[in-house]
Amino acid sequence: MATSVRAERGGTPPPAAPPSPASPHGRRTGPGGLRSRLYRWDVKAIPYVFIAPFFLTFAAFGLFPLLYTGWLSLHRVELGGTPEWKGLENYTSLATSEFFWTALTNTFTIGVISTVPQLLMALGLAHLLNYKLRGRGFFRVAVLAPYATSIAAATLVFAQLFNTDYGMINGVLDRIGVGPVDWNTSKWPAQIAISTIVTWRWTGYNALIYLAAMQAVPQDLYEAASLDGASRWRQFISVTIPSIRPTILFTVIVSTIGATQLFGEPMLYGGSVGISGGSGHQFQTLSLLMYEKGWVTGALGSASAIAWVMLALLLLIGGVQALVSRHNRKKLGG
Amino acid sequence: MARTPDTAPPGTAPRAPAEPAGRPPRRRFRQTAGRQHHAGPLTYVLLVVAALVSLFPLYWNVVAASHTGDRVVQAPAPLLPGSRLLDNLSFAWDQVDMGEALVNTAIVASLVAASTVLFSTLAGFAFAKLPFKGRGMLLSLVVATMTIPPQLSVIPLYQIITDLGWFDQLQSVVLPSLVAAFGVFFMRQYLLEALPVELVEAARMDGAHSLRIIWHVVFPVARPAMAVLGMLVFVQAWNDFFWPFIALTPDGSPTLQVALAGLGAGNHTVDHAVVLTGALISTVPLLLVFAFLGKHIVGGITAGAVKS
Repeated sequence: MATSVRAERGGTPPPAAPPSPASPHGRRTGPGGLRSRLYRWDVKAIPYVFIAPFFLTFAAFGLFPLLYTGWLSLHRVELGGTPEWKGLENYTSLATSEFFWTALTNTFTIGVISTVPQLLMALGLAHLLNYKLRGRGFFRVAVLAPYATSIAAATLVFAQLFNTDYGMINGVLDRIGVGPVDWNTSKWPAQIAISTIVTWRWTGYNALIYLAAMQAVPQDLYEAASLDGASRWRQFISVTIPSIRPTILFTVIVSTIGATQLFGEPMLYGGSVGISGGSGHQFQTLSLLMYEKGWVTGALGSASAIAWVMLALLLLIGGVQALVSRHNRKKLGG
Repeated sequence: MARTPDTAPPGTAPRAPAEPAGRPPRRRFRQTAGRQHHAGPLTYVLLVVAALVSLFPLYWNVVAASHTGDRVVQAPAPLLPGSRLLDNLSFAWDQVDMGEALVNTAIVASLVAASTVLFSTLAGFAFAKLPFKGRGMLLSLVVATMTIPPQLSVIPLYQIITDLGWFDQLQSVVLPSLVAAFGVFFMRQYLLEALPVELVEAARMDGAHSLRIIWHVVFPVARPAMAVLGMLVFVQAWNDFFWPFIALTPDGSPTLQVALAGLGAGNHTVDHAVVLTGALISTVPLLLVFAFLGKHIVGGITAGAVKS
């Protein structure tokens, strides 16, 4: 090990000096010495001690519950009752449940409506912030302010702004001769309103991540491109975007995970009928359905099955993304 | 951070003659940080729009919290602050117990932030600088756990905290968040570059045991990243919703988010001005933190992303 080699070389005192207990020599007095054993134990075991809190916490509050949820999903369980083996019945009954398919579709559509514009706008915003600016500190903190706002606070504010009868958004639309739009009970407007909350909270955050990646792109790439006569737009498309592709992939993955588990926004947006995702389930997501099954209906087995479907979905999405990124790397000739 | 030294130096020198005369020389060095064209008027217009869109809902939250509930639900929506802010605040504080929720949230967020920073620094240091068997595999495992959504664990966790009698008690939301994979990875990435392995070896040579090394070598080097991680985790814990909503109740010992969920569902009042006053109470402390430390938080977010 590099450590001990260095210790020997660096620690050599003048030959005449008696080994003091504090010097490394004192530690190597004999293979059986207590200090030496302690020292070796310290070096060998301490890394595991340092990582133990994470893995213990994960085992107790992550892995064990995850597996137990899988076991529950194969049972019929009610809150406080004894589980009864049901095999895959919870899953097959999900497959024939209209509510499940509605929730799955809603999760997907809200996910797309909230993620795609969010990341595109974040790219544009990052590009703007990358110019030499007056007051750039202000702009950066301003676009990050929504990130400091909680899901609950943001949703309660937006629920007022989007209110069909008196909300400011319909007020503005009315001025320009549109509307009134029913932002709550009709499906697409409601989903757009909820996606707006998600987009508002996360666009600035993603923009700052892109900005950091853009600033790490080597300047000579741009110089070469502009020598070749590439316009600014062309440079953005063929230099900036490919250079920050790993960062883009990172944000896509994080946003997808977030979209799959969307819960607070639709719940609070729906007010008293939030858990069912509006009066007609028009914006009930998988998370909401899971909560409804588990804590309103009390069918924990069913709720667990939904949780595992979400895990399967995430694994599927992760697999597709891994394939896409490998394909991209090949195409680049890497 | 550590990026600047590698990108700034010699490569920039040959470009000097091509630059128009009369530019201050320091600009060349700044340009290496990216493509730094001066912004045109359109850029400013778009950025001002983006800033307005970002800030307007927060401004309107203040406006709504300063009117009566009747005024808030009346079209056209108010655009300027009214005079009821203090009345709404005192109602929210006394009748809805937002004060207690604020204290609870501060306790939870501080404990979670402190413990996450401590444990993440230890684990991050081990992953970055200490050789041990299975290091690569275990690090991949840490990263992989980041993709598991909380939905996968809440049902058993709910049963556990109910069995332990922890339902509606703050420890039920603190304990599962004592350390986060994100934090471990964040500190590992930072220490990988920031902590020279020679420092650790020199300390060992002097006979320092690992806890001494942590205290005298790792913590001083890691301090900036620990501060940033602490802020990020604090914000996250402050705003956490899904699990606290399950584990706590609005009338028991709620965090702000749980109390807000109760308000939103019409628990104490259907007065929308009071509801939005609650939202304001939950947001203002974090906005103050951002106003004072915004630059550091921005730096932390960007540093974490580039290195990952």
